[in-house]
Amino acid sequence: VSAALRQGPAPAGQFDVAVVGGGAVGCAIARGLSTRSASCVLIEASADVGAGTSKANTAILHTGFDAKPGTIESGLVARGYGLLRDYAAEVGIPTADLGALMIAWSPEQREALIEVAAKARENGYEDTRPVDLEELYAREPNIGPGAEGALEIPGEGIVCPFTTTLAYATEAVGAGCELVLNAAVTAVRRSGDLHEIDTARGPVRARYLVNAAGLRSDEVDAMLGHSDFTVTARRGELIVFDKLARGLLNHVLLPVPTEKTKGVLVSPTIYGNVLLGPTADDIEDKTDRSTTAEGLASLMEAGKRIMPGLVDHEVTATYVGLRAATEHRDYQLETHPDQNYVCAGGIRSTGITGSLAIAEWVREALADGGLDLDSTPAKTDLRMPNIGEFGERPYQRGGRIVCFCERVTRGEIDSALHGPIPPADLDGLRRRTRTLMGRCQGFFCGAEVAELMEGRDGDR
Amino acid sequence: MAIDDGPIVIGGGPSGLAAAIGLRELGISPVTVIEREGEAGGIPRHSNHTGFGWKDFRKVMTGPRYAALYRDHAEAAGIEVLTETMVTDWEGPRGLKITEPRGRWDVQPPAIVLATGCRERPRSARLVPGSRPAGVMTTSTLQQLVHLRGQKVGRRAVIVGAEHVSFSAVATLAHGGASVAGLVTELPHHQSLPAFRAGAALRYRAPVWPRTKVSAIHGSERVESVELTDLDSESTRTVECDLVIFTADWIPDHELAVMAGCELDAGSRGPLIDQALRTTQPGVFAAGNLLHPAETADVCALDGRHVAPSVAAYLRGSGDWPASVRMTARAPLSWIAPNLLLATGHPPPRGRFLLRSTEFVRRARLRVRQGGRELWSGRVGRLVPGRSSYIPANWAGKVDPNAGPVTVAVK
Repeated sequence: VSAALRQGPAPAGQFDVAVVGGGAVGCAIARGLSTRSASCVLIEASADVGAGTSKANTAILHTGFDAKPGTIESGLVARGYGLLRDYAAEVGIPTADLGALMIAWSPEQREALIEVAAKARENGYEDTRPVDLEELYAREPNIGPGAEGALEIPGEGIVCPFTTTLAYATEAVGAGCELVLNAAVTAVRRSGDLHEIDTARGPVRARYLVNAAGLRSDEVDAMLGHSDFTVTARRGELIVFDKLARGLLNHVLLPVPTEKTKGVLVSPTIYGNVLLGPTADDIEDKTDRSTTAEGLASLMEAGKRIMPGLVDHEVTATYVGLRAATEHRDYQLETHPDQNYVCAGGIRSTGITGSLAIAEWVREALADGGLDLDSTPAKTDLRMPNIGEFGERPYQRGGRIVCFCERVTRGEIDSALHGPIPPADLDGLRRRTRTLMGRCQGFFCGAEVAELMEGRDGDR
Repeated sequence: MAIDDGPIVIGGGPSGLAAAIGLRELGISPVTVIEREGEAGGIPRHSNHTGFGWKDFRKVMTGPRYAALYRDHAEAAGIEVLTETMVTDWEGPRGLKITEPRGRWDVQPPAIVLATGCRERPRSARLVPGSRPAGVMTTSTLQQLVHLRGQKVGRRAVIVGAEHVSFSAVATLAHGGASVAGLVTELPHHQSLPAFRAGAALRYRAPVWPRTKVSAIHGSERVESVELTDLDSESTRTVECDLVIFTADWIPDHELAVMAGCELDAGSRGPLIDQALRTTQPGVFAAGNLLHPAETADVCALDGRHVAPSVAAYLRGSGDWPASVRMTARAPLSWIAPNLLLATGHPPPRGRFLLRSTEFVRRARLRVRQGGRELWSGRVGRLVPGRSSYIPANWAGKVDPNAGPVTVAVK
């Protein structure tokens, strides 16, 4: 009998592997292990999977063209890109092949595009192509005046980060992985050849420990006696514009990156909106997901330059994502065979794209360290509900629409509420169905949806 | 008989139901109303206070009673009201894709009336920074929680806005057992009637804080406080509360109008319409708060009555879609409706044009001009943001169809 997801004591007994962190990376790792017959426990501090950095990002499916050549990140993003595209097609994660245009707004930036193209080749990405101004304005007629040139990166796309993480977690749980939510890790001890992990829901015992704790990955690493890196929350503020703005653009529009950040992009979202962001500010508090007046104003300013017509549209949502930045400009992937411990920390903006490759890397590290795994994973018949605008959605076949703005049917809400990993709150329901994600933000359906959420039975 | 043998009204609020009833009275059949909610009646269904029905029924009743009355009239008139039914796509001039519980189907009605109403801008659209805790909502959500579902919503609220609807939120909060810390407006005064203001101050002890904005919302799970900024001194202070109600700041629900290809007015963001309530798309009419966010329900219903003969004439006539002249409002006026002028001087709903201002203007004099020619000028009293003023329409016949756009401005 499976333990409760969100309350009660953590499951007793000993597991092969404990994965700490239920973001995209942790869930991908748990999936990869449990579908190869490892007994696995996935420990997450918050009330849901994918509720941290994985839910609040730009949702770009990166080719890895702009990674720092030679880094672990460069290789894993490139590999993860292909793995995730295949997996998305298999289980129905919404994606869209839009292609990106990196736009130079000054002669210096135009020069820099040459370096970007050279770096892409170093990263093994051969498909970039310079785009002249005539072509640029023909393909994106609504961008602002003053572009100096552009580089096309045809492989860049977008992906639904919510469905990605939930698919991994659902498959993991289906394969027997114990998911333990609301279980922040407070200490890790060695007890014989076992890790004894103290969580907010009591101790968990496992032979191997994988740290995928994102913003807290440095803290978990320290619990195992290491001090290789420090995570600083890099705040990214983002603005989501109304769907009526969607017709303004056709591609992911990238800025020319600087030392510190990839800069402010404008992109269609998988849900049919337009995204503007992110900012990049290092902040002290790893829990502070507040937007700021300055940040939002700077984004509107940038948006006005990139696409003047965009800022006349209504804003549907604003949010903050916190990336796990470290002092090293690379993923912090480290094996500690003497401790049966693998660290997968410091994964910042590219974690969704890289997730399956990171999981593969961790799996191989654990196998090298003596963990017995099946050579091929169990077949899955998982099929995720489509919440993206690039495929058919349930309302297009009929149904009682509850959330009008996002056209979410009662059937979709019921399925989410009774799914294998039901939402803990309205925000969780939003990530599973898009309910309340739209322009009215609950004006019409907020009360009914709240009641559906409250009234449901089952595990919370 | 298929439903697209007759006109389809999209939206079953006061304007949509009144339009449908008017069409039946003119002998049009069938007349179908498409309503996405489980019940027709629109916003008045959960506006559980009195004051509804004065201009259309000449008696005053509560919102729910008013909504029920329109439902009864629609039923008596033999109108098919399809609830839980939503237009989810628009193809070509009048091709509708409709989703309802049993499936999805296509219709191609000979005429369409858009009566999709308006909504309050939520917190996000107003770019209010801070965290995203629970307890932030619009008046509509508040009313539905309190009046339709009898839920407890919180203990102490800050209300953003100081219009009629904001004071109505004060009463709803009192009904739901919550107190009001204050009403915040960036304007120099509240925008409601003195009696509402005095009622809020005396009965509910709710102060109005003018020239103040909510500059941040704080709280992790639940709202804990808001930061208020005084716009004159730029000083800030923190007010503890567990609810923030965003009121007024209405925007038309214009998605279908956009999908239909209707041109919008930049000020109201509703579709352009002439005095007969024709949009810029032949065969597509519009009525209600989609055109003038937000008027009282009776004004919307009278729009519905006004559009019915226009639709009937179109259905029985040659299908002409007459040319018109654009009318725009100059700042501080934000919009005027109708905003397309027919040279015939056809009267607008209630024989008047509605307009709004972004600023308070005392004893305002307005002037309507076409090119260098004055069509009308006169006094309109005090302009109040969020409240309509009116100008008569007796001058509309003077419009020259070939003399370019018409402007209305404060003299």
